[in-house]
Amino acid sequence: MKKVGKIIADFPLTPESLIPILQEIQEEFNFLSEDSIKKVAAGLSLPLHHVYSVATFYNVFSLKPKGRNIVKVCMGSACHVRGAGRILEEIERSLGIKNGETSADGSFSLETVNCLGACALGPIMVINKKYNGHITPAKVEKIFQEFTSQ
Amino acid sequence: MKLTGNEQLVSVRTHLTEKKSTLRTVSLCGGTGCRASESEKLLVLLRKTVTEKNIDITIKETGCHGLCENGPLMVIRPENIFYQRIQPSDIDEIVEKSLKNGEVIERLLYEDPETGRKLIKENDIPFYEKQQRLVFAQNGHIDPKSIEDYIITGGYSALTRVLSDLSPEEVIGEVEKSGLRGRGGGGFPTGKKWKSCRIAPGSSKYVVCNADEGDPGAYMDRSLLEGNPHSVIEGMLIGAFAIGAREGRIYVRAEYPLAVENIIKAIADARKWGLLGEKILGSELSFDIEVTKGGGAFVCGESTALMQSLQGYSGEPRTKHIHTTESGLYNLPTNLNNVETWANIPIIINRGAAWFNKIGTPGSKGTKIFSLVGKVRNTGLIEVPMGMSLREIVFDIGGGIPGGREFKAIQTGGPSGGCIPGQYLDRSVDFDELTSLGSMMGSGGLIVMDEDTCMVEVARFYLSFLVEESCGKCTPCREGLWQLLSILTRITEGKGKEEDLAALEEIGEMVKDSSLCALGKTAPNPVLSTLRYFKDEYMEHIVDKKCSPGVCRSLFQYKIDNEKCTGCMLCQVKCPYQAIEGRKKEVHTIDTAKCVKCGICFEVCRFDAVKKV
Repeated sequence: MKKVGKIIADFPLTPESLIPILQEIQEEFNFLSEDSIKKVAAGLSLPLHHVYSVATFYNVFSLKPKGRNIVKVCMGSACHVRGAGRILEEIERSLGIKNGETSADGSFSLETVNCLGACALGPIMVINKKYNGHITPAKVEKIFQEFTSQ
Repeated sequence: MKLTGNEQLVSVRTHLTEKKSTLRTVSLCGGTGCRASESEKLLVLLRKTVTEKNIDITIKETGCHGLCENGPLMVIRPENIFYQRIQPSDIDEIVEKSLKNGEVIERLLYEDPETGRKLIKENDIPFYEKQQRLVFAQNGHIDPKSIEDYIITGGYSALTRVLSDLSPEEVIGEVEKSGLRGRGGGGFPTGKKWKSCRIAPGSSKYVVCNADEGDPGAYMDRSLLEGNPHSVIEGMLIGAFAIGAREGRIYVRAEYPLAVENIIKAIADARKWGLLGEKILGSELSFDIEVTKGGGAFVCGESTALMQSLQGYSGEPRTKHIHTTESGLYNLPTNLNNVETWANIPIIINRGAAWFNKIGTPGSKGTKIFSLVGKVRNTGLIEVPMGMSLREIVFDIGGGIPGGREFKAIQTGGPSGGCIPGQYLDRSVDFDELTSLGSMMGSGGLIVMDEDTCMVEVARFYLSFLVEESCGKCTPCREGLWQLLSILTRITEGKGKEEDLAALEEIGEMVKDSSLCALGKTAPNPVLSTLRYFKDEYMEHIVDKKCSPGVCRSLFQYKIDNEKCTGCMLCQVKCPYQAIEGRKKEVHTIDTAKCVKCGICFEVCRFDAVKKV
């Protein structure tokens, strides 16, 4: 919680600091805990429901902790017409979790994103920061095997 | 260095030009597409090798060059040698042969798929040949992190012209005469918007740059901010002067880390050079810009929602009885334009409205940047004059459809745009023409679809995106889109009824007429445009319970062709569901009870023996 206090202190205590503060907390802890949300509300003298409404409105915020490795599957139009839907299902099967979930051992979180802006490489999956382009369902299993063996 | 006057900027430019123009350069594309193909590794290796071999050449990491499909890309100047698909193992040879001795390495050149000829120069490649690069002209040439590079190419000369020769009214007059229309989607005349903001009463005013590029499949704004951020700053400075604003905001997607990094660096540099801050270049203009990172909500691309978000609220739009130019951010007059619109401004001021006005069609002036993606050979970013035909874009610049497949449709205008079929390929692309075809310009995404695309499923895909991104404030959009999606889902599952089509149309029109903001008003487009042009496909799903392209999984099955199957067992080994039976050298069969239609057998079969029936 100390760190949350520090993050809040870095910003002017005005309503427009709310989103940047939540972004920093999200970046630091990978999610927004109940305590941190309460602390932000108190710090900025905002009603708790307002902070929750913002935290649940924007896609970048998560109220649940995320896994050590984040897998993002691009669901943009370009990737979609190249078969991203089937790839997502294959990844879900391979990791044993559904889109939006985190594996029980905390190793992977699976998310979809609207466009990564690297359409030439579509369909794309990003594991942490590494781009994996031109994915096909048959390649999915191998990519994860290689990733976990590293 | 803090510049205090116009003359000083001119003399600095002359000095920098003399110092740098004689240098040979090698530009490596550092746009997101090439970075995804690991161009950063190449850059490190290139720097190391050049230093080791002691070669006198400037290495630049530039913004996006456009031909993302063939990345990572490199251009050696002044020879203009264009290399593509570079691997780390190529670097040694490039340094030794091309950088040291000026030789061309054939292997790394672009090969024209039509003629098989190897092309040396960037401009000889058909992808670039037909483009007219104005806004994108310096992308690929300048180092976006260097304000000096921008100044050498004439950067900030439009600002000095405005400050020394023009009144705010004259600047607005010039923008009005140019015919520039907003590039973010709405296509509202920019000069008119500026004028209404200038005359609106208010103790202070804002200019805002909308860089919340949420359209999936569109990334031109990102590439501009990444590749030429000072052009956006210069545009905003000129806008601030014309409108009378002291403060500016750039609202940029947080998912674009490189764009955020480059624009923040550019703003810091501009401040250091006295191009942002108090009394810019010794004039009466004082202006500064703050960058705000968005939270990943599509609706925040809508101006009123964006302004809500800037003030720390959820991005819910409001009705526009009162325009944001009169009452926007903090209820003060606010002029919002999109990234590409801002970047057009210095060009109009430098070259003049009369020159700009000659480019394009009667209703749409200038050029437009498109991201050409999907089932097209040359995926990438292109800039063409308004009015070019869809055919020229898809086939001449885009190189046509890969894999010998047939063109089926092109989707324009983002998720709430429409799908245009082949019979309209010769129509020209401008704001009004696209609207008349039931689609729209949007921010400029062009998604090419081939015969393997199911149009009903495409409509369902866009609707599911829009349902997710609808902010929920107004009922028609929140409930209407949900209804449309559930009907479409039912059709793709083979449970559609003929009366569904009338319901889709009726609900679609209702959402269009009665939604609060532009997101809702345009959201039914994917359904309405596919219904208009691809009704047969809907009927096939509903009546025949079939999906010819083999996309909707409830409506086809995988089957092995006995004639073609060699019994190689590859599909059996790869099937994750143990749904394929058969021994070596014997014809295999698929157990439909176990098959989930993941398509892996179809993909791995080397004998074309797996069929969709």
